[in-house]
Amino acid sequence: MLELIAPIWIIGEVDPLQYPGPAWSPYIVGALIGVLSMLTFYFSNKPLGASNAYARVAGSIGLQVAPGHTRSLKYFKDNPPKVGWELMLVLAVVAGSFLAAWMGGELTGKFLPAMWQERFGSDSYLLRGVVALVGGVLMAFGARMAGGCTSGHGISGTLQLAIGSWVSAICFFIGGIVTAMLMYAV
Amino acid sequence: MATITKPKTNSDLAQATDSQPKVAPAKALIQGLVFGVVFGFLLQKGGVAKFHVLVGQLLLVDYTVVKVMLSAVVVGALGIHFLHRAGLVEMHIKPTRFASNTLGGLLFGVGFALSAYCPGTGAAALGQGNYDALAMVMGMIAGSFMFAEMSGWISRHIDPIGDRGKLTLYDLLPVNRTLVVMGSVALLVVVLIAMETLATR
Repeated sequence: MLELIAPIWIIGEVDPLQYPGPAWSPYIVGALIGVLSMLTFYFSNKPLGASNAYARVAGSIGLQVAPGHTRSLKYFKDNPPKVGWELMLVLAVVAGSFLAAWMGGELTGKFLPAMWQERFGSDSYLLRGVVALVGGVLMAFGARMAGGCTSGHGISGTLQLAIGSWVSAICFFIGGIVTAMLMYAV
Repeated sequence: MATITKPKTNSDLAQATDSQPKVAPAKALIQGLVFGVVFGFLLQKGGVAKFHVLVGQLLLVDYTVVKVMLSAVVVGALGIHFLHRAGLVEMHIKPTRFASNTLGGLLFGVGFALSAYCPGTGAAALGQGNYDALAMVMGMIAGSFMFAEMSGWISRHIDPIGDRGKLTLYDLLPVNRTLVVMGSVALLVVVLIAMETLATR
């Protein structure tokens, strides 16, 4: 199906390396995230993880719209929607990243990333919106099924040498590499 | 914000009245905020909130994402192992369920490439000003609910396939746990050195 729809939109070839890389060394940033995960284990007794904040929000909305039904679902029985550590973490990530980008002069303020525009055109707002939305749906579904995301499994789980986390993290990249190759390199 | 106490003896009453989510104690909320600000700051400085850096990783031309992840794993694996040995932290091992890990992982990967953000770096991308991350956030909320709709079925039919419980590498290898941690870290350092030597970025 991708082969059928792709030619309509694809504008040009992309080279990710022509855009700016990280502001800081990835090794320093990674090491500091490692230290941060030690701190969250020690002070909060929790591993770093982002995806379940979204599930908590989904459950909270569900409680407003259809409380009985939401409460009847297995996932929300096991994980009752609440405003907690995980949600605060993700909300604060937005703020922390804003701070870093503002201090470093890297605020973007755009709906369409530069490389996306080069590939799919500068007026591809609807396409980008739909692709990002569908991407979010698949990520959330996949993360809940696998038990975590790139931080929960990919960092916190793998650093505890959990087998399921390594399997999941490798599958994140297999699925991601195949899809990205189809989208950007065909 | 009021905390609603749920009557434990009568769940029907709770279902009828308690439609507000619970709120965690202030200490947990504040810790979450502090750690989140630091996490977001680091994700942005590490470049992993950038669209082209994530796509570049998945196209195997820019290894920034894996460098950040593996460096975090190296430091965190050593740190948390020794904190645990000293009795200062508890481990939080997620269950190994081969079918769910694999299928969920692959689905996640497809979404990862489509949005070019992940749940954590997407929040960082939004903070940095990539407004398309809002579409990803809405999708994440919808996708979480869709999973919840199917969670009963998945837990009955998929989760049990290859369910090995809280399995770790040191459960599998017949050697001392510290040695397994050191060996794994050494291996990951070799991978990092190889990436630094061979990859352009």
